[in-house]
Amino acid sequence: MTAFILRRLVQSVIVMLTVALVAFALFRFVGDPIASMVGQETTLAERAELRAALGLDDPFLVQFWNFVARAATGDFGISYRLQQPVMELILSRLPATLELALVSGILAFVFGVGFGVYTALRRGGWASSTIMTVSLIGVSLPTFLIGVLLIWVFAVELQWLPSFGRGETVYIGDWWRTGLLTESGRASLILPAITLGLYQMTLIMRLVRAEMLEVLRTDYIKFARARGLSNRAVNFGHALKNTLVPVITITGLQMGSIIAFSIITETVFQWPGVGALFINSVRFVDVPVMAAYLMLIALVFVVINLIVDLLYYAVDPRLRVDRANARH
Amino acid sequence: MKPPILSVRDLVVEFPTRRGTLRALDHVSFDIAEGEVLGMVGESGAGKSLTGAAIIGLLEPPGRVASGEIWLRGERIDNLPREKMRRIRGRRIGMVFQDPLTSLNPLYTVAEQLIETIRTHMDVSDKEARTRAVALLDRVGIPAAARRIDDYPHHFSGGMRQRVVIALALAAEPELVIADEPTTALDVSVQAQIIDVLKEICAERGASVMLITHDMGVIAETADRVAVLYAGRLAEIGPVRDVIQNAEHPYTAGLMGSIPTLTQTAARLTQIPGSMPRLNAIPQGCAFNPRCTKAFDKCFVEQPDLIARPDGRQVSCWLYDAQEKEVSHG
Repeated sequence: MTAFILRRLVQSVIVMLTVALVAFALFRFVGDPIASMVGQETTLAERAELRAALGLDDPFLVQFWNFVARAATGDFGISYRLQQPVMELILSRLPATLELALVSGILAFVFGVGFGVYTALRRGGWASSTIMTVSLIGVSLPTFLIGVLLIWVFAVELQWLPSFGRGETVYIGDWWRTGLLTESGRASLILPAITLGLYQMTLIMRLVRAEMLEVLRTDYIKFARARGLSNRAVNFGHALKNTLVPVITITGLQMGSIIAFSIITETVFQWPGVGALFINSVRFVDVPVMAAYLMLIALVFVVINLIVDLLYYAVDPRLRVDRANARH
Repeated sequence: MKPPILSVRDLVVEFPTRRGTLRALDHVSFDIAEGEVLGMVGESGAGKSLTGAAIIGLLEPPGRVASGEIWLRGERIDNLPREKMRRIRGRRIGMVFQDPLTSLNPLYTVAEQLIETIRTHMDVSDKEARTRAVALLDRVGIPAAARRIDDYPHHFSGGMRQRVVIALALAAEPELVIADEPTTALDVSVQAQIIDVLKEICAERGASVMLITHDMGVIAETADRVAVLYAGRLAEIGPVRDVIQNAEHPYTAGLMGSIPTLTQTAARLTQIPGSMPRLNAIPQGCAFNPRCTKAFDKCFVEQPDLIARPDGRQVSCWLYDAQEKEVSHG
């Protein structure tokens, strides 16, 4: 077990270093940051001075090493655009994105598994067919279109829910600003969460359904029925647990994409999260923020993958190899 | 005489398909007496497993019992509501499947699966159920049962897993055990042990067994009576010794002739020409008629019923219909 975690940690570090290299390459290849920071009248001497002050004329390896060393301590430098520490900027925006991602992730998982199991057990029923048809829409419509449609129906026509922003927010602790504790905050969350989670939900649902149908055909399910176990025990105790093994992996990875791809949803709903910050940074070639965002997303994926592996380990006894070996 | 444990009467199982209804079992009738081991033999697709599935009420849709009756100790069970039938499964009829490697849920320990089964059918505490489970495992021959019970299925070998499966099937002490090719997936060296365990425990508890197999050796050693299925119809049913040594139905005779024996010196085993008809192409009259060397006019026109023979067996063949025999010979 420890060896397994260590191995995974080493792999994670390698992944992070690779991403760091890409993130760092941004500084060198996405235009000249000096050009976008200074005005047209700035002299060449002044430019060279600024370049030296920002350490942009050091050798590549020195710059990369400095970048990684600082990144490891959470220091991604200062935003070219906002002249604030990047980490501070990201941390102030992160709660908004995490809350959105978490809520839509939970929605996607709960409804995805729920609908998936339902459609697998009630195959051919009219409700199942309806759900399956609607899910096709979820899979095929692009996120921004869903967002715009939802805004049109619920914010413009029905005027039930706000169309943009986070509503009122309150602080929990020093820096976590939450919208979950106020009514307008929760109302503002609904549309973006649905927009962001719909695709993931339909994906999880279709996966659960396919897996569940597969599992229901297995011999151990037949044997469980032949032993007279109740439908409930067979479907939810035996079939669902086996279904969830592969579903966990996909859901974990989807959780990563939810955070990473919240960019579109955040843009559509003017959600003040990290994604919106990233988009604005791209517009102004604010490389430190872009690099930090890239690293952050990579970290999210790496951490989620690690958690998924551990969950796998907890759910599927066949992976606990060392224990089995000890017994024989 | 005591009433039989299981009585199957004119069982017809059909599969509606787009190209008409396929009749997979056609008026199959047999009894299993208390404590008796009935062997069920036949080629692949003859309907052996289907008979078992129909009895325990687990036919896979769209298969369905179209007509006929199934009685369990005087109680009709083929038309029971689902929930009542579920309570019979495991409690009164146990089932052992072919492949022990896939019969156990890989995510639960043997203890969890056994205790769940016991507690589904018996009103006992978790602790009592566990004690019973350990005793069962011990009985089916799992060494160090008390320790091994908390292992997962993948910790056991194939033969050991089949023992676990038998323990599970017998957990709630059913009166009838349907064993669907319990040794087919196992190593030859383990097959005999598994059959012995199954037979011994059932004998101990007075449970009857319906043993589905195509291994005539297993039947010869284990069964009291044997039923031969051909294309969804019973060809012959009778005491094992009679059927093996002196088969009456031409199909059974062919089947027995194709089994190698230690004393046999023939260079070639006999073989039945042709193959069993597909369900959508069963010929008129006797299903065996295209392959039968003794077939005569009537065999191609009318389907024979089971005919009771003086020695207690039943054969569905026009050769043994006294009246017909005279006509054909005359």
